[in-house]
Amino acid sequence: MNKQVVITGLGVVSPNGVGLSAFTEAIRTGMSGIRFFPELKDLNFSCCIGGMPEVDETLKSAYLSPLQLKQFNSPGILYGCMAGIDAWKDAGLMIDETGEPDWDSGTIFGAGNSSVDKLRESIYKLDAGQVRSLGSTALIQTMASGVSAYLGGLLGLGNQVTSNSSACCTGTEAILMGYERIKYGKAKRMLVGGCSDHGPYVWGGFDAMRVITYKHNDTPELGSRPMSATASGFVPGSGAGALLLESLESATERGARIYGEILGGALNAGGQRGDGSMTAPNSEAVQRCIRSAVKDAGIRAEEIDLINGHLTATSKDTNEIRNWCEALNRKGSDFPYVHSLKGMTGHCLAAAGAIESVAALLGLKHDFLFPSVNCEDLHPDIASLIDEGKVPHHLIENNKLQVIAKASFGFGDVNACIIFKRFAG
Amino acid sequence: MTNEEMMDKLRTIVKPYVKNEEGFARMTEESDLLKDLRINSANLVDVILDIENEFNIIIDNESMEKMLTVRSAMDIINTKLSEQ
Repeated sequence: MNKQVVITGLGVVSPNGVGLSAFTEAIRTGMSGIRFFPELKDLNFSCCIGGMPEVDETLKSAYLSPLQLKQFNSPGILYGCMAGIDAWKDAGLMIDETGEPDWDSGTIFGAGNSSVDKLRESIYKLDAGQVRSLGSTALIQTMASGVSAYLGGLLGLGNQVTSNSSACCTGTEAILMGYERIKYGKAKRMLVGGCSDHGPYVWGGFDAMRVITYKHNDTPELGSRPMSATASGFVPGSGAGALLLESLESATERGARIYGEILGGALNAGGQRGDGSMTAPNSEAVQRCIRSAVKDAGIRAEEIDLINGHLTATSKDTNEIRNWCEALNRKGSDFPYVHSLKGMTGHCLAAAGAIESVAALLGLKHDFLFPSVNCEDLHPDIASLIDEGKVPHHLIENNKLQVIAKASFGFGDVNACIIFKRFAG
Repeated sequence: MTNEEMMDKLRTIVKPYVKNEEGFARMTEESDLLKDLRINSANLVDVILDIENEFNIIIDNESMEKMLTVRSAMDIINTKLSEQ
């Protein structure tokens, strides 16, 4: 018997807001988290803007001990731990520092890479012949599972503890993997999400590929323009998002507050065949992924009220909208609402799907649709597919939307789509 | 450097790694770093790096293996300091 899976806790560390209340306020008002970074300019980057959460030393020390912060140089792990602990506490769960591990709770918390800054620092020491000076801190921060290993210890998790990695699909994939684990009765609670590092050593590869915008160094807040006619590449971001997934049984037993339900979802890949490649999605695969998610959720395509898109602000945005039209067989005024958080946060890479899912669930819980900023000049190709009114330029309130489809697509031609539903109670 | 001075320096160095605050409060030369102070064994290498920086010495692998109590740490530091 498959278990029903609900979301009982959320945590977020986003370029435009750290913590649930700041983030909620930011996404309601369309606040941008994109800033100019002189460091990037000094290093000859084309794109010198990005999204980076603002976390000071005091806030850091509320999550990690002085010992954990000694020789710590890993923003991704920090954000992951902050979002993860917040989601855990938001769900009303306690942290038992000394007792037995919680055998029924685990984590699948993804990352695109782990602690590039720490790795860089270590490589300088190694090349100078100072291997022993790495101490015990280099390995645990740079291992790919770093963030889940930290969270496992901070929360005393005794179920599966792992990190997934599927480029910009990572966060969304983690949610679906955790969902399946609970659905099949292998865990009662799974902390799921994704985190991303930032800075020149993470963003450099994207800059070199010319997939990020060089046109907005003087106007950072206008730089990330999903679905806009003047979109000119994405803006890199970072941070973390976390969801505490729980079986409905367990949530009901505890009397936990429920943000929403996961009805189902799908993961697939396009094999880098057809129009798919390492860096571009195979449209047929995207459509199959969306259709499979709808089928898995047991709903009809017409029931989807809102699409929380991947929509990064590259030339692929039109393809994405076309794929949704095809997969759902809905277009024009029949198309659901669609928006992209990335206009405010930039593309938070491995954390994107998780942060955007947190935004989706906040909207579901509090009856609002956040504005899709920086696309007042909707791309004409998109306007030819869907009614312009389906893209909210301003906050929409008191909308009791029922079903949200969230998708993420990543390098490697990988896709993920989740169907969230308002919890009927 | 007197033993007392060295103990003070060692107290400052090990403090962040200690998991047993009571054991730390009554830390003596006899204290075992792992058992009495409950320093995580993986952190011993960090304690040693901090000692090296504080006393400006290098502690070789063999000495490191012997460094299990406060006293053995003090002996090794004294030996290394006298070799300079």
